[in-house]
Amino acid sequence: METPDSIQLEAVKRSKGLEWLMTVDHKRLGVMYICSGLFFFVVAGIMASLIRIQLAVPQNDFLPPDTFNRMFTMHGTSMVFLVGMPIIAGMANFLVPLMVGTRDMALPRLNAFGFWIFLFGGCLLYYSYIGGPGLYGAGSAPDVGWFAYAPLTSKAFSRGHTVDYWALSLILTGIGSLATAANIIVTVFCLRCKGMTMFRLPLFVWMMLVTAFLMVLALPPLSAAQIMLLLDRFLGAGFFDTQEGGSAVIWQHFFWIFGHPEVYILIMPGFAVASEVIPVFSRKPIFGYPVMVAASIMITFISLGVWAHHMFTVGMTSVANVFFATSTLLIAIPTGIKIFNWLGTMWGGKIRFATPMLFCMGFLFQFLASGLTGVMLAIVPFDWQLSDSYFVVAHFHYVLVGGLLFTIFAAIYYWYPKVTGRMLSEKIGKMHFWIFVLGFNMTFGVQHILGILGMPRRIYTYDTDRGWDLWNMISSIGVIFQGIAILLFIYNILSSLRKGKEAGPDPWDAWTLEWATSSPPPSYNFAKLPEVKSRRPLWDEKHPDDPDWRHE
Amino acid sequence: MVLFSAVAMRAEEEIHNIQNIFEPTSTPAEGILEIAWVVLTICAGIFVVVAGLMVYAIIRFRAKKDDDGSEPAQVYGSNQIEMAWTVIPLLIVLVLVFVTARKTITIQNMPFPEGTLEVNIIGHQWWWEVEYPQYGFITANEIHIPVSEGDIKRPTIINLESADVIHSFWVPKLGGKRDVVPNYPNQIWYEPDETGIYLGNCAEFCGTQHANMQIRVVVQTPEDFEAWLKNQQTPPREDASVATGRRMFESLACISCHAIGEKGANNGFGPDLTHLMSRQTIGAGVADTNYDDIHQWLKDPDSLKPGCYMPDMKLTDDQLKHLTEYLLTLH
Repeated sequence: METPDSIQLEAVKRSKGLEWLMTVDHKRLGVMYICSGLFFFVVAGIMASLIRIQLAVPQNDFLPPDTFNRMFTMHGTSMVFLVGMPIIAGMANFLVPLMVGTRDMALPRLNAFGFWIFLFGGCLLYYSYIGGPGLYGAGSAPDVGWFAYAPLTSKAFSRGHTVDYWALSLILTGIGSLATAANIIVTVFCLRCKGMTMFRLPLFVWMMLVTAFLMVLALPPLSAAQIMLLLDRFLGAGFFDTQEGGSAVIWQHFFWIFGHPEVYILIMPGFAVASEVIPVFSRKPIFGYPVMVAASIMITFISLGVWAHHMFTVGMTSVANVFFATSTLLIAIPTGIKIFNWLGTMWGGKIRFATPMLFCMGFLFQFLASGLTGVMLAIVPFDWQLSDSYFVVAHFHYVLVGGLLFTIFAAIYYWYPKVTGRMLSEKIGKMHFWIFVLGFNMTFGVQHILGILGMPRRIYTYDTDRGWDLWNMISSIGVIFQGIAILLFIYNILSSLRKGKEAGPDPWDAWTLEWATSSPPPSYNFAKLPEVKSRRPLWDEKHPDDPDWRHE
Repeated sequence: MVLFSAVAMRAEEEIHNIQNIFEPTSTPAEGILEIAWVVLTICAGIFVVVAGLMVYAIIRFRAKKDDDGSEPAQVYGSNQIEMAWTVIPLLIVLVLVFVTARKTITIQNMPFPEGTLEVNIIGHQWWWEVEYPQYGFITANEIHIPVSEGDIKRPTIINLESADVIHSFWVPKLGGKRDVVPNYPNQIWYEPDETGIYLGNCAEFCGTQHANMQIRVVVQTPEDFEAWLKNQQTPPREDASVATGRRMFESLACISCHAIGEKGANNGFGPDLTHLMSRQTIGAGVADTNYDDIHQWLKDPDSLKPGCYMPDMKLTDDQLKHLTEYLLTLH
């Protein structure tokens, strides 16, 4: 058959590797994004394990203080910018065009550019370990924390080029994220297939769309702040230098104007996955679709006005403190709506507990817990005790691991058959899930207690008599289970690539358009662009007696 | 006799090592706990209800083994139910906002009578300079404040400034934390109702030795506190037996960073050592004020606190001995 694909192959004979390098296909870029994200996940995970070894016992000298400080800086920076962001970008890249029923992203070359500049930024960040000159001519990684508070990052307190590496590499990955975000927005607005109105978009696409808007709004302040920081460091501009009349607090405002929406940039795709997986495995449509969309938009708006809740201890006026507490608490409402609507979706269904659904269930409980600790942290006086303690460490790991990572696992188990044409092993998947749930809750659950007992964040050692020994030991032991689970996961991915059961186009009996094409999809996605009449086009096809469009 | 009373200046209060925020001993910390209980009760209630519903749904609605493969009833939503789970959380949020606003304003805008005890704290990488402006002396890392007795409240205002980067001052049992920001004066207050020694730590990452930037707050009876104040205000004793050590302190570089009494750099670069032995630790909590620890500190500060700004002065054994003996007389 003469497909566009085979014509292209006739014209230019490329090697397989070169084809991946030069591709502008959204699916391949998606896969490349996710694979690089998983690679950095392993690297940053190893750092986390080293951090936990150091903290397992009091007065440990496994890592010297500066090495420890570099580890938590690189761990945090990597997990946010080189793991969370690219995996999200990868999922959006692979799925959005398929779900809206089109052949590619709106701007395929910008898409490829975005990926490569992200990867370059990531490599540049790690190059700091060997690239000089650090403090004494040797290379060294940033050691100022992922939030890089001024004036610790000024020339006076961070000599060498470590902070420059931090700023430059994140400006680059930021450009990559903006390219992805622009692409998602244009694709969703301009390339939907016939009949796909905005209110027939799968919720996954809706949430990726609002995430893309958040990226466009939140990333530029970070890049601006980083450029200001570089101007301070190279040209003595004095934005953040208190000796020159600059302000250290201004950096925090800039950073968290980015940093708080960033939390939603990371968790909203988690919501997106849950909103696809839970209905399919409950065998019911999502409960209250319009409200889910409205809640996502509300979260987007409110999340732009809550940044200073990271700064309750900075010494703002009580009026400002109360304002930001109020806006933060308001976010609990749309987030609560989402949780209730997922619950409503499960209610009265016939729930199948395949691995993707298991991970979504883990997500629901853990995200509920993290949401409630988030409410506690929004209470200004309570935050005066808890902020920058291990309670906060526990809280945001429940959001980002218990929320985002669990849904990323769900997504990989759910869409792996679509990407590769083969199923992941359910048996290993279930082992992966249970061991990871155990390890994750063991590691981070007890950290709530450490915070209540007054253990501050980012300390490399502690004394024996503070009552922290036992909890730190339990926390570190949990990492062993997490590590085993991740090894099982990696083994599953690699071995199923060859040995996995053939998936067929629609192994989960799902309803959205990506399941309407073969697995893996051809490079042009659909032989004939689809036409939809409802939110669940495949349901309509499978149930002509009771199609969805009758209920819309 | 003089020596005896000087030794007695060192605080003998019980050390509260475990800084559980649920066992506060000072007015602002108690206020925080009050609101913490309200929030915890509400959040725990929500968790139990919602998680309970989830567990119920998971058990009740799981697909049965003998399922016929038919699809369940397709329900698309319900306006009434969705309205309910929007309005109820909104009401809870309004309650939380109200209690938060009230407590925040009471703690943050507390009025104090004229003449309230003030302590100025200046954060340094990685130690705390402590100044009593009303009494005109400077000490380090250890803050003494009086306890309230019954109805007689004795609040202390703590003014916070930083000499370099951002630190955060946090003694959990006495009150929340407050950041110590350069060029941005901050304030926190305590009103302790139990004597004892309370530990705390810098809570904002401030560089290499962020972990060892510990704080000790010694809460004393008003009499003990007065005695301590008096001791801190007296000039250091000139003990003839350690004259060699004293001369070495002045002739070696020590004096360019540390002050003892009127002598030495009052530039705040290193901690003031005037009444060193009235404190319990050196290096902001890393070691004790005894012969061995001080000797080790002078010999190789990095062995106790790697990365700290006290240099290894490459002192000879003789110099180490004399200097240590001199420092040990600074009661």
